Amino acid sequence: MGFFMENILSIVCFFPLVGVVLILFWPRGNGSDNAVKWIANIVSFLGFIISLPLIAQFNNPIYIDSTEMRFVVRKDWISAIGAQYSFGIDGISLLLILLTTLMGFISILSSWTAITERLREYYCYFLLLQVGMLGVFMALDFFLFYVFWEVMLVPMYFIIGVWGGPRKLYAAIKFFLYTLAGSVLLLLGILALYFHQHSVTGIWSFNILSFQELSIPIHLQIWIFLAFFVGFAIKVPMFPFHTWLPDAHVEAPTAGSVILAAILLKMGTYGFVRLSLPILPEATLHFLPYLLGLSVIGIIYGALVAMMQKDMKKLVAYSSVSHLGFCMLGIFIVTPVALEGGILQMINHGISTGALFLIVGILYERRHTRMISDFSGLSHVMPVYATIFLIMTMSSIGMPTLNGFIGEFMILQGVFADPTYRLWAVWGALGIVLGAAYMLWFYQRVMFGQIEQEENRILPDLNLREIATFVPLIILAFWIGLYPKTFLDYLHDPVNQIVDRVRPGEFSPLPAQTALRE
Amino acid sequence: MSEIPNNVVEFLWENAAAIGPQLHLIFWGSAILCLDFLVPRSNKRLFAGLSLIGLLMASVQLYSMWGSGPVSAFYDMVTVDSFSLFFNLLFLSSAALTITISYQYLEVEEEQRGEYYALILFATSGMMFMAGAIDLVSLFVGLELMSVSTYILVGFLRQQKRSNEAAMKYFLMGAFSTGIILYGMSLLYGLTGSTRLSVIADQLNHLEDTTLLGLSIFMMMAGLGFKIAVVPFHMWVPDAYEGAPTSITAFMSVAVKAAAFAVFLRVFHVAFGDWREIYIFAMVLIAMLTMTWGNLAALSQQNVKRLLAYSSISHAGYVLMGLIAGTDLGVRAAAIYLLAYTFMNLGVWAVVILLRRQDILGENLEDFNGLFFKQPVVAVLMLLFFLSLAGIPPLSGFIAKYFVFAAVIEVALNPEEPYSSLMIWLAVVGALNAVISLYYYLRFVVAMFLKKDQVPVPLNFSVGVVATLVITALVTLLMGVYPQPFINLAQAVGLPLI
Repeated sequence: MGFFMENILSIVCFFPLVGVVLILFWPRGNGSDNAVKWIANIVSFLGFIISLPLIAQFNNPIYIDSTEMRFVVRKDWISAIGAQYSFGIDGISLLLILLTTLMGFISILSSWTAITERLREYYCYFLLLQVGMLGVFMALDFFLFYVFWEVMLVPMYFIIGVWGGPRKLYAAIKFFLYTLAGSVLLLLGILALYFHQHSVTGIWSFNILSFQELSIPIHLQIWIFLAFFVGFAIKVPMFPFHTWLPDAHVEAPTAGSVILAAILLKMGTYGFVRLSLPILPEATLHFLPYLLGLSVIGIIYGALVAMMQKDMKKLVAYSSVSHLGFCMLGIFIVTPVALEGGILQMINHGISTGALFLIVGILYERRHTRMISDFSGLSHVMPVYATIFLIMTMSSIGMPTLNGFIGEFMILQGVFADPTYRLWAVWGALGIVLGAAYMLWFYQRVMFGQIEQEENRILPDLNLREIATFVPLIILAFWIGLYPKTFLDYLHDPVNQIVDRVRPGEFSPLPAQTALRE
Repeated sequence: MSEIPNNVVEFLWENAAAIGPQLHLIFWGSAILCLDFLVPRSNKRLFAGLSLIGLLMASVQLYSMWGSGPVSAFYDMVTVDSFSLFFNLLFLSSAALTITISYQYLEVEEEQRGEYYALILFATSGMMFMAGAIDLVSLFVGLELMSVSTYILVGFLRQQKRSNEAAMKYFLMGAFSTGIILYGMSLLYGLTGSTRLSVIADQLNHLEDTTLLGLSIFMMMAGLGFKIAVVPFHMWVPDAYEGAPTSITAFMSVAVKAAAFAVFLRVFHVAFGDWREIYIFAMVLIAMLTMTWGNLAALSQQNVKRLLAYSSISHAGYVLMGLIAGTDLGVRAAAIYLLAYTFMNLGVWAVVILLRRQDILGENLEDFNGLFFKQPVVAVLMLLFFLSLAGIPPLSGFIAKYFVFAAVIEVALNPEEPYSSLMIWLAVVGALNAVISLYYYLRFVVAMFLKKDQVPVPLNFSVGVVATLVITALVTLLMGVYPQPFINLAQAVGLPLI
């Protein structure tokens, strides 16, 4: 147990590789397809199970180091440049890691019947993707972070490019090139930071925590911020860098869209929270109005475009742009409540949009069309489906008692707490209204009324496996909606730290968890 | 200059140690030429084995010299320092890998001859003289030894028109560029009265009028620019690379390029290190153009050899970034880039050679169609090499790109650096070019993994090609995942070069 807990992060991160190796070497022949599916599902499920001790031991003082990071591992990796193999998590990463292991399992489970060809490759890419994403959320070394950040592009490219829809090649290459363009500039920013740190302190290191303590002249901060911004904003994606997203979502297979929406996009927001804000506080404040402006444009624009979509997946994709605008609004205003809400909203978006993509995927698997006009009155034939769809619609538009409400409310409240920008909350509220409009309209068109297409009369309702993919998401949606404290407790400390770094002394801190512990 | 020695034999004996590896290559090359007529046509691949033995012995000799301090020999004509040792290692390994991918290929082309191997060994020894040269005269002799051997090798497929055409073009262009280099050298000699690089550097400090120096620098830049194939001196590359035997194309794109870079680095670092302001703008412009044009031109190519020719042009631009930085880190970055590039690029060429079968040229992008379904391992290795060429971690190409970017950014952030904004733009152009290059590398990936193949002809496997694939893939992967030993190898290169 001691070894396991001391290396838990490495084990959680690289555990999916076990599945990759097993799948690659599993003997070919009759029935091997089923075996491959079972291996992938079991490995990803175990991956989720072994990430649970992270919660149980999160506040165990043995695993907390002086920087308030948990389960820290540090080993020399490339000593010539000072890059370390170093992992460690705080509350923000904890929630994202658990979301990743859970969504990884759900998306693999959801592919059981949807993927029929080249199974081995498919599951290998998914498990590799899982490694890359987990690594991003765990890395405490910027070089290592960058490596994971790039590594996950390759499996995602293949997932879209091989198992995607009719324009898969275009979408896959667009996704890859766009993201790479952002990340190479990010690399230049990292290098500038690295050399600046050396000129100030004489240390060669990529340690993210020591970057956070650096004081950087404002002109340099601005340049580095711009480099980071391009990298992260493309990933989020923020308006006007969002154009790759609808293509990637529409063409990707269902599970690919789920992972893309639930986790991959969070890497961008996570980058802002973990890196841009605390490392470059003055530059963040310098650009604040523009950042808020882009976020608000994203909210309104995403919602308006979503309203006009005929394709269900495109609709959900544009709703992502809108929801992530919300996250970014909360994050960039950097008031304690809004930042915490923004982070919670990242999780919420992962749950509800992930579920919505699954919902769309189920219809697509049955009918091979995603046009809204091809469906109507489905609630008559698929009552369970209709219920789950309704819950997730409500979660997405932010109905009280469900998760979306808590996140959006906190963001708006936090924006209102800022004396200068409080009226921007109005735009946010408008976004919520538009969100309700397009989601309800979408639900109404697909679910209510009479069944007009004959094929739809015989659509089977959800089977047990499909229900199983939704159960954890529904539980989480209600849990966050009814008792968010469980989750918010993990966020207070890191949020206080970031706010204190960016806008010191302006706001009273959230009740610290360290105090609660004693 | 020291005195004339009394005992010539003793003098030679003392100095020959410094060029031991080169002598080995020349000996084995000559031996192959002598034995050639004794061996029947069907057994010529024996010479591949002989030349590998020669390379191995040269490597053993090189290994015994490893770590020794800078030693100069023959009245400061050549030196053995960490810089030359590193490059010699690079040349020997690329020559060995070239030979292992060649022998089966030459059977297919029906041009299995002894001279081929001898010429590769001679060219390699020429490169080694170039890397060790600290005098313009020995530098030029090495350059010619390498160039003349490669001219012949490019035209080695005598029955094929395009091979002849390639050799002719390469020869004319090469001869012309050699002339230009020579002109630059003569101006330098006129200005300083010496051909020794360190003396030149010293004498240039007393120079009052820099017009002629500028002319000389630009001549050298243009001449060497031909050899490393940077824009706008790259016109010959696609034709020469397409027409040459594929194995020789591979050899040229890594070893010949690396040798020219070794000279470029040493001359500009040692002799012109203090005169950056004369050439920095031109050099940055050349680097930017090289990366961008190489990549843009590659986008539309259908012939794999031409496409890779343009890709190798753009990679030269990245190496140039290290040279432009001009710092220790810059020189080291260029060395690391060349090291990574040598192995990943040879891997790509080894796969291209696999596709050359009886009656199938295997040079079009369509020839890669469905490779994954036919030979999954080869396709995955090819994917590895291409991702590495595009600079995706955790592969060697990423480490290489990291170092050249680091070198440029370091200079850009230096408060005393007058050209910092120029450096930032150079880094940005370099970074964005990685994105463009990914696009055409992905064309291969699409062909290999997503298209179906029409021609079910098996690939042309041989032990040599498999060994090359394994070695290059291992280096590409290891250097990406755990680069420390490779960086150590190149670490010493950044020391002052004299």
